[in-house]
Amino acid sequence: MSDLDNLLASREMILVAGSGGVGKTTIAAALGIAAAARQKGRVLVLTVDPARRLATALGLDEFGNAPVRIDPAAFAEAGVKVRGEVWVAMLDTKAGWDELIIRHAPDDEIRDAVLANPLYENITSRFVHSHEYLAMEQLHDLHARGDFDLVIVDTPPSRNALSILDAPGRMVEFFGSRLLRWLTVPYRSRLFTVASKPFYQVADRVLGSRFLQDVADFFVLFQAMESGFVRRAREVEALLVDPRTAFVVVTTLETAPSYEARFLARSLIERQMCLGAVVANRVLPEELAGAAAADSAAALLDQMADPLADAIADELDAPVKQVRSALTQIASRFDDVALVAARESDRRSELAAMAPTLVSVPWLDGDIHDLAGLGRLAGYLRNG
Amino acid sequence: MLDLDLLWVTGKGGVGKTTVAAAIADVAARHGRRTLVCEMDAKGALANAFDVGALEFEPTEVAPNLHAMAMNTEDSLREYLRLFVRIPFLGRIGPLASTFDFVADAAPGVKEILGVGKLCWEVRERNYDLVVVDAEASGHIVSQIGAPRVIADLVQVGLVRDQTQWMLDILDDPARTGVAVVTTPEEMPVTETIELLARLRAETGAHASAVIANRVLPAMFNRREQAIVDRLDEVMPLLIDAVGPGARTVVDAARLTESRRSTGAAHLDRLRAWIEGADTVSQQLPIITVPELFARAAGPRVVSLVADALTDELDPEPMPKHATRTAP
Repeated sequence: MSDLDNLLASREMILVAGSGGVGKTTIAAALGIAAAARQKGRVLVLTVDPARRLATALGLDEFGNAPVRIDPAAFAEAGVKVRGEVWVAMLDTKAGWDELIIRHAPDDEIRDAVLANPLYENITSRFVHSHEYLAMEQLHDLHARGDFDLVIVDTPPSRNALSILDAPGRMVEFFGSRLLRWLTVPYRSRLFTVASKPFYQVADRVLGSRFLQDVADFFVLFQAMESGFVRRAREVEALLVDPRTAFVVVTTLETAPSYEARFLARSLIERQMCLGAVVANRVLPEELAGAAAADSAAALLDQMADPLADAIADELDAPVKQVRSALTQIASRFDDVALVAARESDRRSELAAMAPTLVSVPWLDGDIHDLAGLGRLAGYLRNG
Repeated sequence: MLDLDLLWVTGKGGVGKTTVAAAIADVAARHGRRTLVCEMDAKGALANAFDVGALEFEPTEVAPNLHAMAMNTEDSLREYLRLFVRIPFLGRIGPLASTFDFVADAAPGVKEILGVGKLCWEVRERNYDLVVVDAEASGHIVSQIGAPRVIADLVQVGLVRDQTQWMLDILDDPARTGVAVVTTPEEMPVTETIELLARLRAETGAHASAVIANRVLPAMFNRREQAIVDRLDEVMPLLIDAVGPGARTVVDAARLTESRRSTGAAHLDRLRAWIEGADTVSQQLPIITVPELFARAAGPRVVSLVADALTDELDPEPMPKHATRTAP
C-alpha cells in the first residue's frame, strides 16, 4: 500500500490542485473511491465542472450543491469493491454565493437588496478569485457539518495555481481595503473630499455617475455583511494549514504542467501547508526510454529487407507487403515515443525530489468515464 | 484568417494557445503583413515564445514586421485619458490611476473594455495590417470580447458608453474581426471548444474563423496493417529472436500511440460533427491541423515549427505591396 493510501486514511480534508487539463477531476473522483475501497465510512468528492460523461458516471445529472450518494449497486455492477460510502457534489458558484449572502445578511431587507442588485451576479462572478473561494467555503461547510469522514475537493481551473491558496486571505483583505472604503463613502460627501474630487470628476465623465452610484450602492450593502464574511474567510483560511488537511498535486509529465506542479509544491512547503502527495497522471511506461527497446527498434528497421517479414507473413497468413510496412511504421515511429518517455523520466525525478510521495498513474486506454475506469485508477493510486 | 484586421486566439488552458498565436503572427509577418501580437493575461508566456524578456505595453519589434506587447490596464487607461479626456499629465492629478484601477477591479466590464478598447484603437488607426491577440482562456474570452456590449447595457451615460459603438462596429464585422479557437484532440478541450463556439454566437457579435487542432498525432496504420499489428503477439517469440528482448516494448509503444491517436481522432470527429450540425455560418468553419511536433518546451523553436506547419495549411498569399499600410 502506498503512502497516499495512508494519507486517505488519516486526513479529513484533501485539496486536489494542479494546472488545467491534467485530469484533476478524474483523479479527485478516483481518490474518493480509493478511500472508500480501503475502509468503511463516508467520503465526499466535491467536483468542479466534470466532463459530461464523468458526471453521468458519478450520478451527477443535475447541478447543485447537494451531495448525492453513488449507488452501491452501480459499484457492484462495475466490479468495483468499496467498503465505505462515496458521495459526490458539484460546485455551483451562483448557488454558493446566494447561500453566503443569505447566511451573512444582517436582515431580510439587505439580503433581498443584494440579491436583486443588477450588478450582483456580474460582480460576484469576477472579483477576488470567486470560484476558488467558493470551493474552499463549501469545503469548510461540508466538513463542519460532520456528515463525512473525508471531504475531497477538486479545485477550479485557475490561471495561477496559487490563487486557491490566496483566495480566503484576499476575501479578508478586500473587506479591509481602501477600495471598499472608497466605494462606500456616501456619494455626496465623496464629491466634496478634496483628494477625491479630480478622480470623481474624471470618473463621472468617463463612466457616468449613475454607473458609479450602482457600484457604490452594491458595496454599501455588501459592507453590512463584513463581520460575517471576514470571520468566515478567516476560518476557511485556517483550514489550509489545519493538520487534518492535505494537498494532493496532480500533474502530467509534460513540460508546462510539471513546472506548474513544482511551483505549487514549493509554495505549499513555504507556506507550511501539507503537501501530501504528487500524482503524475497519464505517464508512459518507463521501459520505453530504456536501451533494450531502442536496440530492438533499431534492429527492426535494419532487418526490414531480411526474411523476418516473410516469416511473420507466413506465420500469420498475411500479405508480406503489409507486414513489412506495419513493422517499418512501428520501428520508425518508436523514436518519438521513446523521446517523450525519456523526458517524462527526467521530470519524474525532479518531482520526486520535492514530493514526500510520488504516485505514477499510467496512461489508460481511452478516456475515463465510468465507475470501472475510476476503480482501475483508484487501484493505481492505492498501490503506487 | 491572415487578411483580418483583428484575430483573437483562445482555447482551454494548456492547449498551446500562446504558441499558436505567436506562430500565426509570425506567419503573417513573414508574408508581408505589419503585425502586432498582444498577450492579454500577463503571464509572460508570449515573451517566452519569442525569448525576449518581459514584454511591455509599448510594443517591441521582435522580428521584422512583427511587434509584440503585453496588455496592461493602467497603461491603457493613461493612454485613453490622454487621447480622449485630454489629460496629458496624469502625474499631476495624484493617485487617479491607481484609484481608477481599484474601481476597474470591482466594476464589471471596465477592465475588459480598457483592453479591448486598446486593441480596437490600433485597428481603427490602421497602425498594423493584423492584430493577433493571445487572448484569455476560453472560460474568460466571452466576457472579454463581450465587454463593449456589457458596458453599453450597464452604463447609461458617459464617454465610455458613447465609444462602445465604434468598437462593436469593428468586433462584429466578420471581414475585420475573427476568433481562432485552439484545441487539442482531447475530451475537455474539444468540449470547451464546442461550448465556446456556441457562446460566441449567442452572446457576442464576433465570428469564429477557424478551429486549430494542435498536437494531432498522424495515423500509423491502415486497416490491413492494423489487423496485423493486432495479431503480433502470436509471433512475439519470432520477433524477439530476430531483434532482441525489447521487441515487446516497441510493439506496445506503437499500440499505445495508436490508441492515443484514435481516442483523439474520435474527439475531433465529435467536433466536426457538431460543426456540420450547426448553422450555415459555422458550417464553413475550417479545422486546421497542427501535428504533434515532439518539441521540448514552449519557446522560439516550437513557435517556428508550428509556424511552418501553419504555413503549409494556410498557404498564405504574400500581401501585395500597395495594400500594405504604413505606420503613422
